[in-house]
Amino acid sequence: MSFDLDLVLSFGPQILTALAITIALWVAGSGLGLVLGFFIAVARRYGGKPVDTLLMLPVELIRGTPFLVQIFLLYYGGPYVGLSLDKTVAGLLGLTVYGAAYYSELWRAGFDAIPKGHLEAADCVGLDRSQTMRRIILPEMTMLVLPSMVNMTILMLKETAILSIISVPELTLVVSAIGTEYYAFVESFTILALLYWGLVELCGAAGRHAERRLSKYRFSVS
Amino acid sequence: MSLTPAIRVRGLVKRFGQTTVLDGIDLDAGRGEVTCLIGPSGSGKSTLLRCIAFLEEATDGFIEIDGEPLGFAAGPSGERMRLPQSAIRPVRSRVGMVFQQFNLWPHMTALGNVSEALVIVRGMKRRDAEARAMAELEKVGLSGRASHYPSELSGGQQQRVAIARALALEPRIMLFDEPTSSLDPELTGEVLNVMRDLAKTGMTMLVVTHEIGFAASVGAKIVFLDHGKLLVQGTPGEVFGKPRHPRIEQFLDTYLDRGAATLL
Ligand SMILES: Nc1ncnc2c1ncn2[C@@H]1O[C@H](COP(=O)(O)OP(=O)(O)OP(=O)(O)O)[C@@H](O)[C@H]1O
Ligand SMILES: [Mg+2]
Repeated sequence: MSFDLDLVLSFGPQILTALAITIALWVAGSGLGLVLGFFIAVARRYGGKPVDTLLMLPVELIRGTPFLVQIFLLYYGGPYVGLSLDKTVAGLLGLTVYGAAYYSELWRAGFDAIPKGHLEAADCVGLDRSQTMRRIILPEMTMLVLPSMVNMTILMLKETAILSIISVPELTLVVSAIGTEYYAFVESFTILALLYWGLVELCGAAGRHAERRLSKYRFSVS
Repeated sequence: MSLTPAIRVRGLVKRFGQTTVLDGIDLDAGRGEVTCLIGPSGSGKSTLLRCIAFLEEATDGFIEIDGEPLGFAAGPSGERMRLPQSAIRPVRSRVGMVFQQFNLWPHMTALGNVSEALVIVRGMKRRDAEARAMAELEKVGLSGRASHYPSELSGGQQQRVAIARALALEPRIMLFDEPTSSLDPELTGEVLNVMRDLAKTGMTMLVVTHEIGFAASVGAKIVFLDHGKLLVQGTPGEVFGKPRHPRIEQFLDTYLDRGAATLL
């Protein structure tokens, strides 16, 4: 058996389509997860004890079980509770919720990392709650949580591969199907690895660029 | 009018749970004067200042700023009533606060820190606000550092920016909580000089400080706090002159290196 990369590459158009679907799911799932996670963090932080407790359960449940199990239950178990979703929609929903649970914890850590004095200074010059949120907390927190957010977003990309078990036509499903059909496992999985790695490096580079731009804000927390 | 003190505190009590941190404080700070608050660690100096800045709500008692009640007022039968937010804001806005840890916002330049509230709270145009902010930075000798971020400034410079940030809102009263305590000794001078200049302009100042030399030379009035009680108050001559209260004697002994040596 020879290493026949050309065979796999002859499926270029199909692979590119699948790559586009993977990227779309990744970007949408991460983006929605980031936003939903932010609101979960805000609700848990400012919504009082009952809200915090109420939201803690789903967050811990999501963080405490494998994504594979969650997506399986959502897609195949959903219809039993009247939730019949298209596989791609289920995939995106699952990814969003999964991401939101993790992102919410990162946002929370960000809130906690802002020195209380910075908020008191805002209070003293007359900024109200929403002005403080927009002008002080959000930007300051963003620079604090950026590295961990980039990290989580990289994990999100790799989790999209799990969606292949519910037949979402994303990269892993399509490329591994080619591999199976033509007995070209090594070739197809090499391609897969390179494509994911390329995207991860791209994401990492974007993160480092953003960090560099923000680096002059870096402050020693006193 | 001139008889109304800039700050008037009556029967102020602050408890955190079971701990009584302020135990019935009565204090007047004269308009245009510098009042220095001294006392051992944990005596409640910061808490008193934070109550006057309304960062903490006192458990009991009253505070008046320029004769107007802050946060709470006495009702018809003397009971303590919380005022609505709309009545608290304008009184609070007369007071500026400077913190020991500067508390500049790290994601904004010096100019941004000083102009922020002018734009967001006062609704000034960004350009006008920055012109005003620049004038304030000029006063603290930092117009050349306007575009620097806090992380690019020394501690002394950061504190001067923080002073400019408070002054930009044109407060009637400035509160300082140990403004030089987190600075290297060679940087305290530049901040104290800015404060001296400010005092000369007739600003009412209430200053918590361990710089005994500064307190004795600039303070019109010295207030000594001990265990949440106002133990001694008077002019520097009255408080530091001999014979002294034994607690002050003891206190001065521990601050020999802060200019207290000259008083001993
Ligand atoms: N938020 C709080 N909760 C509980 N206790 C507090 C709180 N803030 C202050 N205290 C307590 O109140 C007392 C007075 O504190 P405060 O900070 O006012 O003292 P201080 O005179 O400013 O001391 P220092 O010179 O060390 O700054 C201390 O015993 C402190 O532990
Ligand atoms: Mg203190």
